[in-house]
Amino acid sequence: MQSEFRLPALGADMEAGTLVEWHVAPGDRCKRGDVVAVVETDKGAIDVEVFVDGIVRELLVPPGTRVPVGTVLALLDTEAPAPAPEMVQAPPRTRAGEDAGEAIQQRVKISPAARKRAQELHVDVVSLRGTGPEGAITVQDVERAGPSPQPSPASVGEGAAGMRAAIAAAMSRSKREIPHYYLTTTVDVSSAVDWLAAHNAAVPVTERLLLAALLLKAVALACRDHAGFSGFHRNGRYEESPVVHVGVAVALRGGGLVAPAIMDTATKPLAALMDEFRDVVARARAGRLRASELAAPTIILTSLGDSAVETVLPIIQPPQVAIVGAGAVAERPWIVAGRIVPRQALTLSLGADHRVTDGRLGAHFLARIAGLLAEPAKL
Amino acid sequence: MNREQLPRRVLELVTAIAPDVEADSVIPGIAFRDQFDFDSMDTLNFAIALQREFGVDVPETDYARLASLDQCVAYLAERLA
Amino acid sequence: MTTPLRITYREAVKQGIRGALLADPRVFLMGEDVGRYGGCFAVSKGLLDEFGEERVRDTPLSESAFVGAGIGAALGGLRPIVEVMTVNFSLLALDQIVNTAATLCHMSGGQFPVPVVIRMATGAGRQLAAQHSHSLEAWYAHVPGLRVVEPATIDDARGMLRVALASPDPVIVFEPISLYNMEGDLTDAAAHVRLEGARVHRAGSSVTLVTYGASLWRCIAAAEVLAQDGIDAEIVDLRSLRPLDDATVLASVRKTRRVVIVDEGWRTCSLAAEIGQRIVEQGFYDLDAPIARVCTEEVPIPYPKHLEDAALPGCERIVDTVRRLLGHAV
Repeated sequence: MQSEFRLPALGADMEAGTLVEWHVAPGDRCKRGDVVAVVETDKGAIDVEVFVDGIVRELLVPPGTRVPVGTVLALLDTEAPAPAPEMVQAPPRTRAGEDAGEAIQQRVKISPAARKRAQELHVDVVSLRGTGPEGAITVQDVERAGPSPQPSPASVGEGAAGMRAAIAAAMSRSKREIPHYYLTTTVDVSSAVDWLAAHNAAVPVTERLLLAALLLKAVALACRDHAGFSGFHRNGRYEESPVVHVGVAVALRGGGLVAPAIMDTATKPLAALMDEFRDVVARARAGRLRASELAAPTIILTSLGDSAVETVLPIIQPPQVAIVGAGAVAERPWIVAGRIVPRQALTLSLGADHRVTDGRLGAHFLARIAGLLAEPAKL
Repeated sequence: MNREQLPRRVLELVTAIAPDVEADSVIPGIAFRDQFDFDSMDTLNFAIALQREFGVDVPETDYARLASLDQCVAYLAERLA
Repeated sequence: MTTPLRITYREAVKQGIRGALLADPRVFLMGEDVGRYGGCFAVSKGLLDEFGEERVRDTPLSESAFVGAGIGAALGGLRPIVEVMTVNFSLLALDQIVNTAATLCHMSGGQFPVPVVIRMATGAGRQLAAQHSHSLEAWYAHVPGLRVVEPATIDDARGMLRVALASPDPVIVFEPISLYNMEGDLTDAAAHVRLEGARVHRAGSSVTLVTYGASLWRCIAAAEVLAQDGIDAEIVDLRSLRPLDDATVLASVRKTRRVVIVDEGWRTCSLAAEIGQRIVEQGFYDLDAPIARVCTEEVPIPYPKHLEDAALPGCERIVDTVRRLLGHAV
């Protein structure tokens, strides 16, 4: 049977992309997960994977073409029905006659004008709350959720300005829709710092670890222990992700930010995490991330440890529900058993979605991260 | 290794780690971090590159001595001597 | 520009008829009680004295006969204005209007146009009960070969008759009973009114109220109430019910994206239904809410005042409907 390979939305803020290069030609066989195309987006050049096994029948979009999200880029012949992509949200489609009753029940109540506007702005209407009659989604609801109604040159173009517009859209939506609560705690990470120094002194330079790798692992393990922080809030409800993919916020030197995922973070040993972390930072800065990495994060870690910043109050990337921040490690006076001693202190912070969790749960989650960092050898 | 070539070779390593940095624009006396946000990941990659390029194993405790191009050249000259 | 003259709707209609009688010797007025009695709604009072029995003619109490006579006069080269008291009584003349007036020009390949103007009162609001109060405009708007207009303003009441008489087609002019006593300004615009085309009576951005006839003034009242809530209603006065001016309606819908059609006719098979369907056909993707209708309750118009008021598409019902459409609590 035939399968359509569409331009995926690499996060809620992406509207369109420019196809830069095909890695396959008609007749080529490809497997699920193969990179078949390179697409230039607000987040840089992204390697886009295919989600089915099959043979390329036809390439529909020539390199150099800018197309909206959801455009069919190529047709593939597959043997089995195409499984739905796990990470990348393709625009929902309903096939006539197939579970019609169920489809009608789940149908979003949205006005024709709002639906048209949502297509123009590439707004996912499923996550919107309608303010029209009978709770229907109206044009105003769509425009509130979407990027600016009049596309400015900045939001249309790729590159730094495009990325800035994309960040603006995502963060504005986050602050509009997500009732954030913030918690911070300053913890003694001397044992982690000491353990790292000892480890790094003992291994070849290529095997050295950064504190961020420990943080990644600690966040991932804490997510496994505490529900409500790793998943997506969509369509008015929260779904916990069965697998934790911690995204790591990578600042780009020219300005801007991307947060690719370290896939299945919780199960990987520190050495593997560090290798992937190094690889993903290099590719983020070279503009060669994979589509799946950008759409996958179930929670993000943002570390400003290389600056003098003590505390970061991070903003959630929708549709995620939590983000963990880490400031710089600094030597501070600490009271241990009644005596003031110098200790390596780190301020951890949590921005979380009050629709899903409350401060008490957030406090437990943050304490769990701190607890894990206190025993670095077990990470 | 020719002592005169050292700054240029180091600069090549820096720009390989930070491809968006123009080699000509790097000011030798100012810290990489202050010039183009060199972070801990960059520093680690830089240490790996120095090991590969010059066979010099820079311990973490010496990272502070790699901060600028001038400091780095001086440090390498000392280690390679 | 002259200072606007404050007159009643009745006076405006009368001036229209008088102007036509003065301007063209082929024009004459005929109908029940239009002469000596001065018209059952006193529209033609004084015209018999001014123009004489030749041109202001009382007819027997037989709608079919005198409408047919009017059609014959039009075929013979005259320009008759036939007054039928109310749309309810015009049903007795339906055969003449639908089978003769509307068809002859078409059946004769254009050789026999029927330039008759048939005026009739329409609608409720004066406690005239079920046999004198109905709004059957949609019946006539259904028929090809007819033109159907309904002046709702003083200017249109004054100016539409002149252009109706100039039309080669039979024109049905509906005059809302409840508007005869309404006072308003007669302006220079009355001299330039057109027979066709809707008009945006009040510009707005939140919702479009499409209406005609007496309901125009209910919509204006509703718009004033809604404006206090910050809801800026645009009002489209259809003016011509056949042909309908889709372009003006759709331009407004594209702007406001929401429509309430206010129609004194009954909802079932109404003009409101036709207008709504045209909006769906041509402007579906511009709609941000379902099309709503406020029509007369589906009962023969009651005689008691409170029941008559309750049956009509009043200001309060319009306001509630608009609020619901905008997602406001009602």
